[in-house]
Amino acid sequence: MEEKLFVSPSPHLRGSDTTQKIMLDVIIALCPAAAASVVLFGWRALLLEVICIAGCVLAEFICRKVMKRSNTIGDLSAVVTGLLLAFNLPVTINPAIALIGCVVAIVVVKQMFGGIGQNFVNPALTARIVLMVSFPAAMTHWVMPFYYRTGSLSDALTTATPLALTAAGSTEDLPTVVQLFFGAYGGCVGETCSLALLIGFVYLLIRRVITPVIPLCYIGVVALFTWILGGDPLTAVLSGGLLLGAIFMATDYTTSPVTAWGKVVFGIGCGLLTVLIRRFGSLPEGVSFSILLMNILVPHIERLTRPRAFGSVRVRRKKAGAEK
Amino acid sequence: MEKNGLFFPRKPFRTHGGAPVPHYKNTADLESAVMPPPPQVIIPMQQHVGAPCVPCVKVGDTVTVGQKIADSDRPVSAPIHASVSGKVSKITKVQLPGGQMVDAIVIDSDGEMRPCETIAPPECNSLEELLAAVRESGLVGLGGAGFPAAVKLRVPAGKKIDTIIVNCAECEPFITADYREAMENSWDVLSGVYALWEMLGVDRVLIAVENNKPEAIRILTDIAESDTRDPENHVRVLTLKSRYPQGAEKVLVQACTGRRIPQGGLPADVGCLVINITSVSFISRYLKTGMPLVSKRITVDGSAVTNAKNVIVPIGTPIKDVIAFCGGYSCTPGKLLMGGPMMGMSLVDDSLPVLKQNNAILAFSREDAELPEPTECIRCGRCVSACPMQLMPTAIARMVKTKNVEELQALNVMTCMECGSCAYVCPARLQLVQSMRLGKGMVRAASAKK
Repeated sequence: MEEKLFVSPSPHLRGSDTTQKIMLDVIIALCPAAAASVVLFGWRALLLEVICIAGCVLAEFICRKVMKRSNTIGDLSAVVTGLLLAFNLPVTINPAIALIGCVVAIVVVKQMFGGIGQNFVNPALTARIVLMVSFPAAMTHWVMPFYYRTGSLSDALTTATPLALTAAGSTEDLPTVVQLFFGAYGGCVGETCSLALLIGFVYLLIRRVITPVIPLCYIGVVALFTWILGGDPLTAVLSGGLLLGAIFMATDYTTSPVTAWGKVVFGIGCGLLTVLIRRFGSLPEGVSFSILLMNILVPHIERLTRPRAFGSVRVRRKKAGAEK
Repeated sequence: MEKNGLFFPRKPFRTHGGAPVPHYKNTADLESAVMPPPPQVIIPMQQHVGAPCVPCVKVGDTVTVGQKIADSDRPVSAPIHASVSGKVSKITKVQLPGGQMVDAIVIDSDGEMRPCETIAPPECNSLEELLAAVRESGLVGLGGAGFPAAVKLRVPAGKKIDTIIVNCAECEPFITADYREAMENSWDVLSGVYALWEMLGVDRVLIAVENNKPEAIRILTDIAESDTRDPENHVRVLTLKSRYPQGAEKVLVQACTGRRIPQGGLPADVGCLVINITSVSFISRYLKTGMPLVSKRITVDGSAVTNAKNVIVPIGTPIKDVIAFCGGYSCTPGKLLMGGPMMGMSLVDDSLPVLKQNNAILAFSREDAELPEPTECIRCGRCVSACPMQLMPTAIARMVKTKNVEELQALNVMTCMECGSCAYVCPARLQLVQSMRLGKGMVRAASAKK
């Protein structure tokens, strides 16, 4: 034999999935919501999405370059972050503010903690929260969908989100369930159209990118808890960022538990916190904060829900101590 | 039938995890070819788990097929026999795929394949005689692990075996050697099964076959149901799901009986005995003819092999001769495997001999051999849901990086059987099995220090 052989540890066969393919699937799953956002909020929504994606990818590229690390924009995770960030902003936002959000998401939350897989909170969500705290007025300036039919953005009719209306007690102005389902109400760019988000959910399930555990636990608990507290569960589920958060943000691999029972705990925790904030907090919406809080708990949840190894016996701490 | 609370499951019990590996059973429909004796065979003294054998022939001796050439007096070992007739030309050192150096007897073949004159069917009327005969046959577990069969068949004191599981899952991609054994020697398989069933006095025998081998299931079921030696049908075929690693001992026992082998335990701890189908078939032939284990059917396949097929080769045949018999390399080989692609060992060159427990030789082109570049773990959790032992490979890999032995023990790293399911599904292409092995090494080193 003249040619040398490759020698490597087993297995010598690998599946076809890569990080890039998974991220591409997430982007495809976000496409229906992106299309809906353009229909509802006009070309400005698309512009905002393009700005955020470009901002995130550029931020990642520059950041990795400065830190003298390998270029990772090819894994497409920055594109997902950018798109999700755009979905969490009102269409009226100043592009400069959106770009600040990109830098916070990619540089501060993701790269400073070591890049993909290392961030302990969801980058897009944290960026949204930073912007909310820093620019409260710009972040809550909502316009009615289809404003572009009647005139420019500057003289578009402003509105409140259904959750803000509920919190203020003006229930007669609430959109109908049909409106909520198709997204014809004021809100962030990508969060209003429930139908588009659900199409994305089904796509992710079919492609086995995510398991349904976290979204179902999250949404189920919100519906149940709202009903117990005397609210309308359907409105609670369809309004605000719940579907976007439950389907695309709470299922973020890096910041959700990898264990089967951990996912259940995580979903239920997000649901409880969301309803508590919506109902008793000073903010009308609690999805971002509740996912963020649960993100921080993930290491502990994982530790408590470790699967029992095959054939192992449950060791009782007290007994083990007594034997010594 | 129900006896002593035992019943035959209609479908397998649920097992955890696994990976959807492709089957690539390209050689399934090809009749096995018998390879003519090579000019020279190299027979290593360690072809089994346990103590290596000591040669009992000298350089210059003339040997015949089936003549014992090496043995050991240690309890866990298996004697080794000449696989060709000819002359012992030298006793040298060879490096096994695992890296250890062992003695090897080199026999120059005279091409006649003269059988040893003393070979006769063994007397076999009791369990003790059967065990002695199996030991003399040199049989080791032919599924790949190479555990001496006589040791395996001896039920440990204080344990009772109620179920024999004949392993014909063959879940590794490419390999069809066990399938061909079931197809070509179906009656031998069943004769061996009945012999073991009678001698060990167990209540039920399950022949476990993955559902990607419908022909084997049909043939074995037909024979098992119609055989007159067993009017009550104590021997039945169980169809398993085709999901890697269905043939791994612990997974197989769970799929067949629902029982879980405890950590560090053996199938005997839950009343089971798992034996490979080719081993069973060999036992029945040995009882009939007395010819010890001198040849082995191996699957030769892969993108760099011209004519993929199953070949029955004398043990000790250099791999390059086997490849040449299959038409040689079709392109420059990049990787050579002994065993399947999931758990097989990659070899450094093709002059190594075929061993007893070997069931496949796979050669891949350079393109197929190149490893994908690993990227960062994205914590997708696929390795956790794929692990048949319910471990957390991603967490273990992290702890290996930080050398946290205590945490590695808490994560039960020693339970890992290195099946490779985690690495197969990993989208970041991480060498997770490598991490698991490192972790096991750390734990072993730490407990040795204590």
